[in-house]
Amino acid sequence: MANDDVIIKIENVTKRYGKVAAVDNVSLEIKRGEFFALLGPSGCGKTTLLRMIAGFEVPTEGKIFIDGVDVSNVPPNKRPINTVFQSYAVFPHMSVFDNVAYGLQFDNVPKADQYQRVMAALADVKLDHLADRKPDQMSGGQRQRVALARALVKRPKVLLLDEPLSALDAKLREAMRFELTALQEKVGVTFVMVTHDQDEALAMADRCAVMERGRLMQTANPSSLYEFPSNRFVADFIGSVNLFAGKLVVDEPSHAQFYSEELGGKVFFDHGVSGAANENMWVGIRPEKIEMIKHVKKGPTPAMEDCPPDCNVFKGVIKQISYLGSESVYEVMLPNERIMRVTRPNLSRWDQEDFTWDDEVWLCFHGDSPVLLQN
Amino acid sequence: MASLQRFFKREPRAPLEYIKSFRLRAWIGAVLLFLYAPLLVLIVFSFNDSKRTIVWKGFTFKWYSKVFENEGLREALGNSLFIAVACTAVSVLLGTLAAFVLWRFKFPLKGLLESGLNLPIVVPEICMGVGVLMFFAWLKWPNDMPWPLNLSQIIIAHITFAFPFVAIVVRARLESFNKEYEMAALDLGASQWQAFKDVIVPHMAPGIVAGALLAFTLSLDDFVITFFASGPGTVTFPIKVYSMVRFSVTPEVNAASTIIILITVLATVAAMRLQNPPKPTTN
Repeated sequence: MANDDVIIKIENVTKRYGKVAAVDNVSLEIKRGEFFALLGPSGCGKTTLLRMIAGFEVPTEGKIFIDGVDVSNVPPNKRPINTVFQSYAVFPHMSVFDNVAYGLQFDNVPKADQYQRVMAALADVKLDHLADRKPDQMSGGQRQRVALARALVKRPKVLLLDEPLSALDAKLREAMRFELTALQEKVGVTFVMVTHDQDEALAMADRCAVMERGRLMQTANPSSLYEFPSNRFVADFIGSVNLFAGKLVVDEPSHAQFYSEELGGKVFFDHGVSGAANENMWVGIRPEKIEMIKHVKKGPTPAMEDCPPDCNVFKGVIKQISYLGSESVYEVMLPNERIMRVTRPNLSRWDQEDFTWDDEVWLCFHGDSPVLLQN
Repeated sequence: MASLQRFFKREPRAPLEYIKSFRLRAWIGAVLLFLYAPLLVLIVFSFNDSKRTIVWKGFTFKWYSKVFENEGLREALGNSLFIAVACTAVSVLLGTLAAFVLWRFKFPLKGLLESGLNLPIVVPEICMGVGVLMFFAWLKWPNDMPWPLNLSQIIIAHITFAFPFVAIVVRARLESFNKEYEMAALDLGASQWQAFKDVIVPHMAPGIVAGALLAFTLSLDDFVITFFASGPGTVTFPIKVYSMVRFSVTPEVNAASTIIILITVLATVAAMRLQNPPKPTTN
């Protein structure tokens, strides 16, 4: 018996094209009413998975349930699901109204109700004043709204969005992020979005599934993905991260120490780390969690042992600065010539002038900040 | 004078604005003249009030009335139009289906079939003509059927070389079809057939119209294949004109040809209008 809260259940689904597994044994549950994102680089299988949910591909193995019903072999026109395609696929020979009304004829909606429902759907996407337009007289953003209205007017149980923002220009893309989440809250339909853009997924989704080479790497809410990535791929794919290979040397319930040849030192964790000690391990530190202090005092470099026990300190020289307005990104070279990336918010109008090229700096981060990662 | 100066003035132009170049304009003019001068001469002399066709003697419509009085020419024109319409109808159906099948499905020997479709286009007409003649002789196709069945050989022969043109044009059109349109229709609840009818056919429509026009004009002016395929009693317009010209080029022929040009131009304009309907005014 399926959980009442689960609208889509994907059970051990595999899709093979010849010998290649585009989707490799994926199991996933999507909850009713949530905004879910399938996130991953191109070729990771996210679009294939979306097409299997829509019904355009049939799983080689495994089952897909929608609202408790096994739809693995149900054709797309019989599924309670609608899709907004990447190209929007607004029918060019029909007016906006006819596009939106197209799907209703198959649901046996009386003509009189059709008008009401189409106009209500167009009002939801703020296009009710353009019902008579032809698609070629509209902008890309407007065509996307037509595609949204056309899918939502069918009152689907799930709305699938294939790279919904990829064809829009930067400003509109940002505006549409907010609009799509607002629309989702308004209509209350479960949204499942496919995207390769991690910012988009983090900004819009309630939960994300990160995929890589057909496999599911992690399913979590955006902040967990960013702050507690469960493996090296997720840490590297979501946001920016400094990764150093090494091994655990102290593994206690209350704290841990990680030695990295690459980093040229030890990293201290102020908490116990889970996961067995293993040869292929990495420590990951987010650039914004590193504090940069100017090295003014002449004197010897403080050794790790001299540092406060809950803090990590490394020495370096600023080699590159990339000023982004709201923040600056610094590439700091460690004594062993490895690069550590550090970001620093420009809180005042003069903050970017605090550091310049070839400055000697201390890099500090709290024992709570690094994450231990496995492959 | 000022305009003449402007015409010869070398305006600054970007490297890709070829059309602003005087030499190119002159070249285009020469090409257009070369293309259309013979037709213009033909049309002008169809209004010439003289039995001889090379000296202008004044304006008249009498050759047009002569055309309509000439029973043989009238019959030939009627035959040609009937053949063209029948050939177009069947070619459009066959060509569109062939194009769709080649676009949509993968099957063994598809490549062979696709290249084979080009064969009637590249094979010399004279070979096609002889082939058609022998084919119907071998079938013992009856030659003495009443109108319009006596045209059946010509119609079949015309379909043979006209439908590949429709197939090629429609096929090319289908290449630009975004498969997400069809997926969207299915996604919205349409069956395969409904998606075909509602989305794919409207996309093919301009190709179908262009292909139909091509089939129509090809059939209307075909001489060689028709010559071999026609039975003893059947005459089409090009064959009739040929037999008239064998004695002398009369203004009557000019007038009849002008009518054919008019029909072709009207068909073309209609087809273009169908492909790009004038934009409806929106308020």
